[in-house]
Amino acid sequence: MTTKTLDKRMSAKAIVESLSDGMTIGIGGWGPRRKPMALVREILRSDLKDLTIVAYGGADVGMLCAAGKVKKLIFAFVSLDAIPLEPWFRKARESGTLDVLELDEGMFQWGLKAAAFGLPFLPTRVGLGTDLAELGGLKTVQSPYADGETLVAMPALKLDVALIHSNRSDWRGNVQLLGADSYYDEWFAKAAGKCYVSCEELVDRIEDHYPEDVQQNVFERCFVTGVVHMPCGAHPSSMPPTYGWDMKAFKAYADAARDPGDWAAVADRFVGASEEAYLESIGGKEAVAALPLPIF
Amino acid sequence: MTDITLTELCIFACSEAFRNNGEIIATGVGPVPRLGASLAKLTHSPELMMTDGEAYLVEQPVPLGPRGYDDRKVAGYLPFSRFFDSAVWTGRRHAMVTPTQLDRFGQINLSYLGGTYDKPKTQMLGVRGFPGNTIYHANSFFFPVHSSRTFVPGEVDMVSGVGYNPAKRVPGGNYSGVDLRVIVTNLCVMDFGGIDNAIRVISLHPGVTFEEVQEATGFPLERGDIVETPLPDAEALAIIAQMDPHNIRASVIKDNPPARRA
Repeated sequence: MTTKTLDKRMSAKAIVESLSDGMTIGIGGWGPRRKPMALVREILRSDLKDLTIVAYGGADVGMLCAAGKVKKLIFAFVSLDAIPLEPWFRKARESGTLDVLELDEGMFQWGLKAAAFGLPFLPTRVGLGTDLAELGGLKTVQSPYADGETLVAMPALKLDVALIHSNRSDWRGNVQLLGADSYYDEWFAKAAGKCYVSCEELVDRIEDHYPEDVQQNVFERCFVTGVVHMPCGAHPSSMPPTYGWDMKAFKAYADAARDPGDWAAVADRFVGASEEAYLESIGGKEAVAALPLPIF
Repeated sequence: MTDITLTELCIFACSEAFRNNGEIIATGVGPVPRLGASLAKLTHSPELMMTDGEAYLVEQPVPLGPRGYDDRKVAGYLPFSRFFDSAVWTGRRHAMVTPTQLDRFGQINLSYLGGTYDKPKTQMLGVRGFPGNTIYHANSFFFPVHSSRTFVPGEVDMVSGVGYNPAKRVPGGNYSGVDLRVIVTNLCVMDFGGIDNAIRVISLHPGVTFEEVQEATGFPLERGDIVETPLPDAEALAIIAQMDPHNIRASVIKDNPPARRA
C-alpha cells in the first residue's frame, strides 16, 4: 500500500516557473504590511510579463510596475504608509503605461468574495455617486424585490494565482497567520485557482508543534497549492509579531525613484540575484528580526 | 498659561463634530482629527469607540507619536479584515479626514489631479475607502490651509467620495446614508446646512471675516447663524497636551499661530 502524502513543499523558483505571461495574480497583505515580497522578488528575477496584478498595494505593486511586469493593475490604493505616495507606482501611472481598474477598498474585497463563491458579481451601494463606476466600466443591477434598488454589480475578481506570506505553515499547507491582522489574505486564497504560501517557519505537522494557535488557521489547506519556507520573506514590509517594516529600506527605495529614477539601474539593490544575496545585503536575518513593530 | 494655538482651537472644534454620535467608531485621520476624536471621547462622548490605529479597540485613546508598543490597553478587536462588516457598511462610523480637493457639492478627491484616468498628471493615493465611507456613514473634514486649491471651483478632478450633486446620482440608488457633517479649517467651521445641502459658514475663528473665507474658497458660500468659534477650556487643553505629548500639533498649521490673531 502506498501512503498518500500531502507534501506541498516547493521552491520559490518552481512556483514562479509554474506561472505564465498574462496571468492574473493577487498579492496578499495591505500596503507596507504582510507582503509576500520574497515571491515578488522571485517574479522580478524571472521573465514573466503582461501580468494583471490585484492588490492592496505597497512596494509589491511599485516594484512590479517599475520593472515593466504589469499590464493591468486592480487597486484601491498603493501606499507605504509613512511614505504615503508610492513613488514607483506614481511614475508608472503618470507615464500612462498601465491599464487600471481603480476600486474602493471595500468593493475590492467584495470582488474577491464574489470570485471565492463562484458568483459573477456581488451587489453593493459602493461606487454610486462617484466616478468609479463610470471610469471602471462597472454596471448596475436592479433589486428584483419590492424595493427595486439600483446597485453596483461588483464583478468577481477571479485570480489565476494568489501569493501570500504567512507566519507558519506545515508541509500540507496548514497555515497560521499570527499578528494583529490578516487583512484579506483569506479571500485572496479563496478567489484564486492556485494559492502559493511563503512562510517564516515551516514545520512537518503543525498539530505536533502549535496546536494552541489553531484559531490562527485563517484559511484551510484546501486553498493552498504550494508552500515555501522563506524566512524574512515579507521584508521590507512588516510581519508582526516577528518584525516590523524597514522604513530605512523603504526610504532608500523611494529616493531611488527620484534619483536615478531608472529601475534597471537599481533593481539589483532591491531584488538581488537570489534571495540569499538579498538577505545578506540587508544585514541578514538578525537585522530583520531587530526591526521594531510599527506604532500607529 | 501659554497662549492657546489656532490648532488647539481647531481640535476643540473637531471634537464637537463627535458629540452625540452614539456608539460608533470615531476615526480621525491626521493629528488634528485624531486629537479631536480623542478629546470628544475623553470629555462629552465616552460612548465613542476608537481603535489604536492598528487592529484593536481601546477605551483610553492612544496618544500621538512614539510610545511603547504595548502601552495601550486593548478592550476589543476591529482588524481591517472585518472593518467593512462591522463599521463601514453598517453605518456605525464617523470619519474625519483631509482629502486633496472638495467641491461645492461636498464631493472629494484623493485619487489624482489633472490628466485622465489612464494618464493622470499627478497620481495620489487612490480612492481608498472613500466611495464606501461616504455612501454608508457620517464624514467630516479638516483642512489646515483654507484655499481655493482645496475648495475648488467647478467639481473635483476625480469624484472619490459621494456628495450632494444631483447630476451624479444614478436613479434608483439609495443615498440615505450620505451624511456630510462639518468642515473645520484654519479659518472657520462650515456645515452642509444651506439650500440643497450647500456649504455654509457657521462659525468664524477669532478675528476672521466671512469675506476672508469667501475669498479663499473657489465657490460661493452661504452664511449660517455665524458665531465666533469657541476657545478650548482648560480641561480640553490639558487633555490635548496629554494626548499629544510630542507636540506634533505644533507643526500642523504654518508658524503655529495663536487662536486669537495678534
